[in-house]
Formats: sequence, structure tokens, C-alpha cells
Amino acid sequence: MDLKFVKDKFVSFFEKLGEFYLFMFEVVKLSFKRPFRIKLIFEQIENIGVNSVFIVSLASLSVGMILALQIVYIMRMFRSEIMAGATVAMAYGREMAPIMTALMVIARNGSSMSAELGTMSVTEQIDAMKTMSVNPIHYLVVPRVIAAVIVFPFLTAFSNVVGVTGGYIVSVLMEKVNKGAFLEQMFWYTDPVDIYSGIMKSAVLGFIVSVICSYHGFYTTGGAKGVGESTTKAVVVSAIAILVADYFMSYLMVLFLY
Amino acid sequence: MIPILEIKDLHKSFGKQKILDGVDLSFEEGKITVIIGKSGTGKSVLFKNMIGLYIPDSGKILYKGELLTGASDARWAEIRSKTGYLFQDAALFDSMTVEENIAFPLVEVKRIKNKKEIAEKVREKLEWIELPGIEKKYPSQLSGGMRKRVGLARALILEPEILFFDEPTTGLDPILADSIDKLTLKVNKELGLTCIVISHDIPAAFRMADKLAFLYEGKVIFSGTPQEAASFKNDVLESFIKNSFTELKFKKER
Repeated sequence: MDLKFVKDKFVSFFEKLGEFYLFMFEVVKLSFKRPFRIKLIFEQIENIGVNSVFIVSLASLSVGMILALQIVYIMRMFRSEIMAGATVAMAYGREMAPIMTALMVIARNGSSMSAELGTMSVTEQIDAMKTMSVNPIHYLVVPRVIAAVIVFPFLTAFSNVVGVTGGYIVSVLMEKVNKGAFLEQMFWYTDPVDIYSGIMKSAVLGFIVSVICSYHGFYTTGGAKGVGESTTKAVVVSAIAILVADYFMSYLMVLFLY
Repeated sequence: MIPILEIKDLHKSFGKQKILDGVDLSFEEGKITVIIGKSGTGKSVLFKNMIGLYIPDSGKILYKGELLTGASDARWAEIRSKTGYLFQDAALFDSMTVEENIAFPLVEVKRIKNKKEIAEKVREKLEWIELPGIEKKYPSQLSGGMRKRVGLARALILEPEILFFDEPTTGLDPILADSIDKLTLKVNKELGLTCIVISHDIPAAFRMADKLAFLYEGKVIFSGTPQEAASFKNDVLESFIKNSFTELKFKKER
């Protein structure tokens, strides 16, 4: 590996980063510009939100059950299995629900967002929009981003409920943890701020996922192969980005909120 | 007479690759100009510069004498609303029906909300391109020739002054290609539009062009009437023309 190769990679990385930030600022700027395409936003809300409820529920229920199972077994060593409810609820409220929601939406919608925009890009549909003086970021990307920011908190709230239900099923119905103690500890230790913080985070994650996936689709080149590559990149980059962003948001929340 | 569109010493590179290397070309109002040249010589790049999708490295683009290079985005948007663009593969929005595709500029550019008025305009345009009654079909249900016609209807719906055709007949059989050429002539004659065409179909280019331009290695090495092109002394252009007008030859039996 020679020096030129490293230098080229380095320059190309920062070029892409700059392009991404310009794209993101353009999306933010255009989100406040007329016309507001309400119909397109609702279409995307249905696509990202309503159609994702099942997959988010399934994943949240499974992870809630797994989490409760492990917690009950570990806590039982200290005769504290009644804490399972509080632990699952706090973990879900603060971290698991926004992350599970974001990961499931990336898998289901992030990939399709990138593939759809990528196909539009390689078949010149995005250029066609530009020739008609319609800003394709305004028409195609902004409704997706607004919809994601609206829908993520609702999906996260839903994920909370389903995850805790999963925890209840395993702890109370299967592992015979005392029902009253389980619920009492859960309501005692879980504060509204645990739920709100997760929901606030999820709006930011919704923005990150939709912008990254749209960006990768929007600048796709190179035909079908390019669409495949950009979809893969969109999924990988957005999955890593939400985990990193979640850590920093959690850190700030631990310092100032909890 | 001032040309409707004029390009002066236009340069465009992508990285280290020089695509346009000082293009000079002018387009007269109401005429058909066909740009020919080998694949990869920058014909589509030239188009995209002319319509403001790419920013040239240097040079000038003038619309009726007004300098467009360096113009604001809003001004470019105004200019683009006076142009139509037919893409190589029509570039129809595949998630929309034919009607929605053709109506797209009316809804998004003209902000027309009256559904009856939109439907009427779409119907008129579909009749004009001789494809009535396909409003509810999706692009995937249409043949290549039909898609291009619908693309043309969409390009015409805002009643532009200039129409760009990016290889309109590529990928079509000779009969369909001929029908698209006839449609180009119809657009020019009946609607009086300035047509700028990129084509690889040299015989058709000679048949319909008022003016031919030959792009080679990023420069226009010839521009003039088809008659002048036929007698122009240049090895590359001559071989280009000669290879396009050969008599029928058959594969020799082995």
C-alpha cells in the first residue's frame, strides 16, 4: 500500500463527509420551505410507521423476553428477581426501545429507501426532476425525513409497551415471579424521564437513519451493482451511526437528565 | 438574428478526465440541430451543462443573448421551465401512472390543483402523441417506444421553447425509431419548437436536421447543414458518415 493510495482514500473520505453534511443541511433547510407536501409525508408515515409496527413488535417482544429471562436468572442469585420488571422497563425506556426501533426500521425501510432512491438516480429519474425545476431533495428526501422524525417516537413508545409485556410474560407467567412485586418495583423505579428520554432520542435516530439512507440512495451511480452497494452502505453506516449517536446522547442524559 | 441558445468555449472535466474541451456551438430558434459523435465524447455532458445540471469549469452559455453561466438557481429554474428534456430511457417515474407522470410538471411546477383541468391537458397530450387511453398504466406496462412517447408528452406539457432529445431512438427497432423521428419533426413543425437532438442514427440525423454538429474529443469539429457535412473534409467525420451509409452486405459463407 503506497502513500498515494492512503492519501487518495483520506481525501475521498473527507470529500464524501463534506458532501454528506451539505446534503444534510440542504434537507434541514428545505424542511421549512414551501410547498409542504403533506400527502407525501403521510404516505411515508404509513410506509415507515404503520407498516413497521409488526416487525418492531416482534423484535421488541423477543428481546423483552430474552432480557427478562437473563435478568430473572441472574437476580435470582441475589433473591431479587422481583427487580426484573424495573430493569426491563428502565432498559427498554432508556435504550432498548429506541435502538430496537431504529435497527428494525433500518432493516425494513432504510434499505428500501436507499434502493428506491438509488434506482431513481441510476435511471435518471432524479435528473428528470431537476430538468423540470423540481428540487429532488425537497420532493423525495424531505417527506421521508419528516415522516421518520414523526414516526420514530411513536414506534419507540409502542416498542416500550411490547418489550415490557414480553418481560412480564417471561417473569410472571413463565418464571413465576410475584406479579404484584414485579409491577410495584417497575412503577417505583421507572420514572417518566426514562420513557421521555428514549422517545426524544428516537426522534434524533429517525433523522439520522432517514438522512443517511436517503443520502446513499440519492448519490448512487453505476447501475444495478451501484444500487446494491449503496443499499449495503446505507444499512451498515446508519446502523453504526445510531449506536454511536446513542452512546453520546445517553452520556449527556446521564450527566444532565437522570 | 440572436440564437436561442449559444455555447462559447465551454470546458468541463470530471477529476482529471477532460470531457468538454472548448465547445462552441449555437442553436437557431425553431430549427432542429442534431449533435452526433462517438459514444463517450461528452454529448450528454454537454446537454446537462446547457440545462444547468452541471456547472461548467469555464466558458459561456447564453439564452437569447443573456449570460446563464453564474446565474442564480432561481434564474436557472425559470430557464428550465422553458425547456423540455427527453431522456435516453424516458426516465419516467416508475411509481407513478402515465397520467401522474405527465401531470407532474403541472402539479409541481405550475401548482395547478384543478384535477379536471389536469386530466384534460394530459388527455390532449396523449392524443397528440397518438397514445390515447393509457392514463392509468404504469411505465413498466409500456413498451420502450411507448415510454419514450410518454416521456415526450411529459416534456411538452409545460409548452417549452426548446426541447432536448438525448438519444431518443437508441434501443428501438427501426420502425419505432422512425416513428420517434417523425414525432420529432412533428414537434418542430406543428409546435414550432427548437429541437436539439443527440443521435447515433446518422441517416435519420441527415434526414431531419436543419443543422448538424459533430463532437469529437470534447470539441465541435464541424457544424453546418447536412449537405455541408457530406462534403466536409475530415477523416473522422467522413468515416463516421461512410460507416453509417453502407449498402447491404452479408456475412460471407464459410
